[in-house]
Amino acid sequence: MPDTPKTDISSGKPADNGPVLVFDNVSIAFDDHRVLENISFSIHPGETCVLLGPAGSGKSVLMKIANGLVKPDTGSVKVFGEEITTMSEVQLFKMRQRVGMVFQESALFDSMDVEDNIAYRLNEEGVSEDESHKRVQEVLNFVLLGQAIDKFPSELSGGMRRRVSIARAIVTNPDFILYDSPTGGLDPITSTTIVELVVKQRDVAHTTALMITHRLQDAFTLATHRYDEQAGTMKVIPDGAVDESTTFLVLNEGKIVFTGKTLDLTHSEDTWIKAYLA
Amino acid sequence: MTLGSPIALAKKQISSLQGYSLLVGRAFASLLTPPHYWGDIFIQADSIGVGSLPIVVLTGFFTGCVLALQSAVSLKQFGAISMTGTLVSLSMMKELGPVLTGLMVSGRNASGMASELGSMQVTEQIDAMRALGVDPVRKLVTPRILATVGMLFFLTILSDTVGVLGGGLVAVGLLGLNASSYFHSTYRALQYADVVQGLTKPLFFGFIIASVGTYFGISTKGGTQGVGRATTQAVVVSSVLIIVIDFLISRTMIGIFGR
Ligand SMILES: Nc1ncnc2c1ncn2[C@@H]1O[C@H](COP(=O)(O)OP(=O)(O)OP(=O)(O)O)[C@@H](O)[C@H]1O
Ligand SMILES: [Mg+2]
Repeated sequence: MPDTPKTDISSGKPADNGPVLVFDNVSIAFDDHRVLENISFSIHPGETCVLLGPAGSGKSVLMKIANGLVKPDTGSVKVFGEEITTMSEVQLFKMRQRVGMVFQESALFDSMDVEDNIAYRLNEEGVSEDESHKRVQEVLNFVLLGQAIDKFPSELSGGMRRRVSIARAIVTNPDFILYDSPTGGLDPITSTTIVELVVKQRDVAHTTALMITHRLQDAFTLATHRYDEQAGTMKVIPDGAVDESTTFLVLNEGKIVFTGKTLDLTHSEDTWIKAYLA
Repeated sequence: MTLGSPIALAKKQISSLQGYSLLVGRAFASLLTPPHYWGDIFIQADSIGVGSLPIVVLTGFFTGCVLALQSAVSLKQFGAISMTGTLVSLSMMKELGPVLTGLMVSGRNASGMASELGSMQVTEQIDAMRALGVDPVRKLVTPRILATVGMLFFLTILSDTVGVLGGGLVAVGLLGLNASSYFHSTYRALQYADVVQGLTKPLFFGFIIASVGTYFGISTKGGTQGVGRATTQAVVVSSVLIIVIDFLISRTMIGIFGR
């Protein structure tokens, strides 16, 4: 197999300032069941796009397509400006080194402890043991789970697993993060902790992100809060203003019904959206 | 389960065959480029090789015993009871050693691989691995194939050996044959062609066990029930394939060596 030209994955910056993710007319069906139909949208650097939609509307499938885990039937998907639908799995691994992904059910490796789970990619890249231990400790502190380092996933609560999964996704400082329902099935307090992590990642590291959520409340928290580094918590943006880098994408039955900024969504005249937001 | 149309069924079979071939192709291709997961090969070799020792030794030993017992009855009719050693060693070396060891390891390890990888598949751990930039074929499939092929080779030799020993125990202890002439005849019976045949088989069987086990594991669909289904199918398919391939190898070898 010919060696693909090395892309500079360590620079931490997208190759250009174009969009990080572009979907163009993407469709996919599973055995005659059309899950996504003609989906087109793009996400720009620094943007945090919130993907909303009822259960079964194809959100998780869309996210897997964005990471090349599932191939669409038709359409084009560009990540960091490169077409990924025609890439081989080996080329996709190069692209995925710059992308972090949090799975809906966490998908932790259940036969490894928390440290090995988080350090999985570091070990793969040959980072030394001391360095990787240090970075795991750092990122665990970031997700407020410092004491859980030598536990196994089965010994953790759902919310803790979700946070380990986030830690695993962000430990290599990816340029683009995909969060699949990071607050799904959690209590409001834990959800808020997790949303705060997403806000922190957005405002401190300025990472581009796509986040799926069922909880409108979380989506609006994301839009109306900003991380205050001095205070170490997120704070409401004053005067009812909203974060400009947060955008929304609403899916229903495999089609996009809305794409745009927070205020456009809340002021939408579309009857379905009004009902959904109500 | 409903009975689908024959065309849908054929389509499904062909697409599984295609999936299987692709998996095997990728497993071999990953040998050519780094990274190689040596650590995983050793872990698998330990679990397949050392873990299977007891069942392989037991089956090999008692197969040798019963072989001596049964063949002595027939051979006695021809006054050829002294041929017992020859019969035991040829049968063990060419057929029973490789096939029984293959079937035992298939029951133990093809099922283990299918259920392990199947659980990883249904809990999205395989996708997570891909998302973290690790090729599951390289990390999970290739090490299992290499380890099974290597270990089955040695387990078969072990099974042959304890089979001949078990046969000897029966021949000497129960049938009253002379020990040195028994072992002499087991040794003298074997020719180059027999040894080649007996040692080629485990290489193919090991490959079948690991590739079928991992294929059913990786292509698991449908939750825990799917894992159960994959496990059963892996054992059934690999066992049947072992017997069929055994026939084909025997036929080919007899064609080449004339025995
Ligand atoms: N691998 C697959 N094989 C067949 N059908 C699938 C597969 N993955 C998803 N689907 C189907 O695609 C549709 C959308 O699934 P998806 O998981 O994207 O929904 P979702 O929007 O993430 O739902 P939720 O909010 O409940 O997580 C569902 O009808 C599902 O049955
Ligand atoms: Mg989902």
